[in-house]
Amino acid sequence: MYKYLLCTRYLRTRYIALTCIISVTLGVATMIVVNSVMSGFSSQMKERIRGILADVVLETGSADGEKDPERIMARIQAVAGDHIEAMSPTVEVYAMLSFRSFGDYITKPVTIIGIEPESKAKMGTLTEHLFNYMPQRDDEGNSIGPPRFAAAVPASFELLPEDQAYRTDQKEGEMRFRAHSRMMNELESTPENTDAINPGDLFSDTEVIADAEGNLPFEEEEPADLTSPLRGRVYVGSELVTYKYIDQVTGNLKTMPMVRKGDDVQLSTVGAGRPPKALHFDATVVDYFKCGMSEYDNSLIFCNLDFLQEQRGMIDEAGTRSVTSVQIKLKDSADSALVVDLLRQEFEPGRFAVHTWEQKQGPLLAAVEVESAILNVLLFLIIAVAGFGILAIFFMIVVEKTRDIGILKSLGASSSGVMSIFLAYGFGLGIVGAGAGVGLGLIIVWQINWIEEQISWITGKEVFDERIYYFPEIPTNIEPWMVFWVAVGAISIAVLSSILPARRASRLHPVASLRYE
Amino acid sequence: METAEIIKMPQRHIAAIAVEKAYRKGDHKIPVLHGVNIDVDRGEFVSIVGQSGSGKSTLLHLLGLLDAPSVGEIHLDGQRIDDLSAKSRDELRNRVFGFIFQFYHLLPELSVMENVLAPLMIRYTLLGYVRRKRELQNHARDLLERVGLSHRLTHRPSELSGGEMQRAAIARALIGKPEVLLADEPTGNLDASTGGEIMDLLRTLNEQENLTIVMVTHDNAIAEQAGRTVRLREGRLEKLADAA
Ligand SMILES: Nc1ncnc2c1ncn2[C@@H]1O[C@H](COP(=O)(O)OP(=O)(O)OP(=O)(O)O)[C@@H](O)[C@H]1O
Ligand SMILES: [Mg+2]
Repeated sequence: MYKYLLCTRYLRTRYIALTCIISVTLGVATMIVVNSVMSGFSSQMKERIRGILADVVLETGSADGEKDPERIMARIQAVAGDHIEAMSPTVEVYAMLSFRSFGDYITKPVTIIGIEPESKAKMGTLTEHLFNYMPQRDDEGNSIGPPRFAAAVPASFELLPEDQAYRTDQKEGEMRFRAHSRMMNELESTPENTDAINPGDLFSDTEVIADAEGNLPFEEEEPADLTSPLRGRVYVGSELVTYKYIDQVTGNLKTMPMVRKGDDVQLSTVGAGRPPKALHFDATVVDYFKCGMSEYDNSLIFCNLDFLQEQRGMIDEAGTRSVTSVQIKLKDSADSALVVDLLRQEFEPGRFAVHTWEQKQGPLLAAVEVESAILNVLLFLIIAVAGFGILAIFFMIVVEKTRDIGILKSLGASSSGVMSIFLAYGFGLGIVGAGAGVGLGLIIVWQINWIEEQISWITGKEVFDERIYYFPEIPTNIEPWMVFWVAVGAISIAVLSSILPARRASRLHPVASLRYE
Repeated sequence: METAEIIKMPQRHIAAIAVEKAYRKGDHKIPVLHGVNIDVDRGEFVSIVGQSGSGKSTLLHLLGLLDAPSVGEIHLDGQRIDDLSAKSRDELRNRVFGFIFQFYHLLPELSVMENVLAPLMIRYTLLGYVRRKRELQNHARDLLERVGLSHRLTHRPSELSGGEMQRAAIARALIGKPEVLLADEPTGNLDASTGGEIMDLLRTLNEQENLTIVMVTHDNAIAEQAGRTVRLREGRLEKLADAA
């Protein structure tokens, strides 16, 4: 009985023990916050990867693809139809992207994914990642207007009227410029005209172009109407065609597009024939794509499937098309392993490969896991440090309470009873510290975005910059078991570190400790 | 160790047999007691006198099992008790002996009431204590009233005078209804009249409840109030007087 009374008395009167409680509390709170944020990040990231990759992907072994996606999809439907919500045939191929920016050509390696927007949209989150569906932003990333499209509008490869207006403007200027320079070349190449150049001629330039437009002999390779978009349309990964810089004047990070919607880009890839031949085609950018995974934003280009198939020679004489993969969205993504098994039995292993999105992104996910494990070890060391604090402070208390321990023993308290006072005291510290830490941690996680705002406001600098982390808010995800184990870990550290002082207290000799004055 | 039968004939209650005690200080051995023999009968009131440093407190600690003799034996009701297991000795300290220390030794975190109840808190489990809480608290209150501390129940020891602390310590020694009261200078810090009250209380307990008392003092006037006085000199006992 005395144990409980003394424990509570000591806990209340030893303010130094508060420091142990505080360090346990802080350690526990930090672990909970960090784990929740990391888990929030990784589940958001998984969500995004899954949105791009679909739950299960059936891929063909060769880049030439397999004929007749309808038949393949029918086979898939036959074996695993019960689990499947939607399917989308795609063609994936490596390519080079080239575009002109400020007079220079820029070339980047990319992956072109040919999609049907209607079926791809059923797969998940494509439209969420297109700029036309996001709030409009200026070059500093500040929101300046609502999304152009509501989320419900189906994705398409049509150019928006505003972007078309820009294109028309650009192309007309370009045509004028070309015609002009052609004129100049002609003028220069005809020696009898050289002396005819005088200030008066400059005013007649426009008339010359107007005259020349209709009957220039070398116009054949260019379409007559440059202003309407090309047949190839692409959503281009936003990081491929923008660059970020710090504005010298304001110090703000600005995003500068190098290719605007309505501009054309050039793509170089290989055809499907044997041997593969290099091929080039131009396509008009109709939208930017940004999912927040720089791996994707920096490499993916979504193209209209029929055009890509045509360019790559994936349509045979009979008009049958080929695809390189079929993306599959499941009704319940937890069934992915089961569906993968079913499909692997159905499709010849040499020609087809079946993966879940997790398998395709294995190394990345594994890296995140390792990172979070290491972080947890480091953070647990904080609690271990708190444990050493308890050890030191308890030794102090044992020394300070030597006389009281002697009194208790002379009144008949057993060694194990004295020991359990200190163990219970450590346990109490652990419970209080861990309890407060869990409370504090959960409150911080709950209010983390508010806290972030306040810190940003105080320091005048955005702590959680959406342009860097790609999340409008700090994502969090509280796992109850994680919270439980962190608390249990902290409590057991507190108990463990009170064992040594408790043993020492229990071994004190009653008379020797009574003489201690 | 319940000895219920009451016998008219003097019956040996607690005894030290050829007890020696030496403290070790590095390589030096500091002998304090050299073969002390003392018999105390049930219901007897013995006082031990002696110079400061003669080993009175040491002898009392040995009798109360707070320390183990280097040589010799301690007997209770004719049975050797100094070699019992730690658990049995804890039990004896709690139930059979009541100890009044020279320097009170109250627990500073607890109130007077809680200090007095401490031996019972040690004796009972949490459940057992809570069940008879009222009864035990009434007992403690009665005892504190007897020692004249009923107005100080909730005070901390640091808020008491030396005499008040001594009385609280006496109440604590008596709360467990001990058979043997070992008192180390119970009046050492009190004025003559308060000391007299305490001695009256001890004598009453001795006479009415047949409590065996061994008391250490260096005040001859106090010592004379006991039934028998022995003197410790150079680690040996000399018989002085057999009064009453
Ligand atoms: N732990 C110890 N180590 C060494 N010597 C000790 C120890 N405890 C007691 N002594 C010595 O034993 C002797 C007897 O001590 P004790 O406390 O029994 O004396 P006392 O007769 O009670 O004196 P007082 O009347 O002052 O209380 C003293 O000389 C003391 O120095
Ligand atoms: Mg003494």
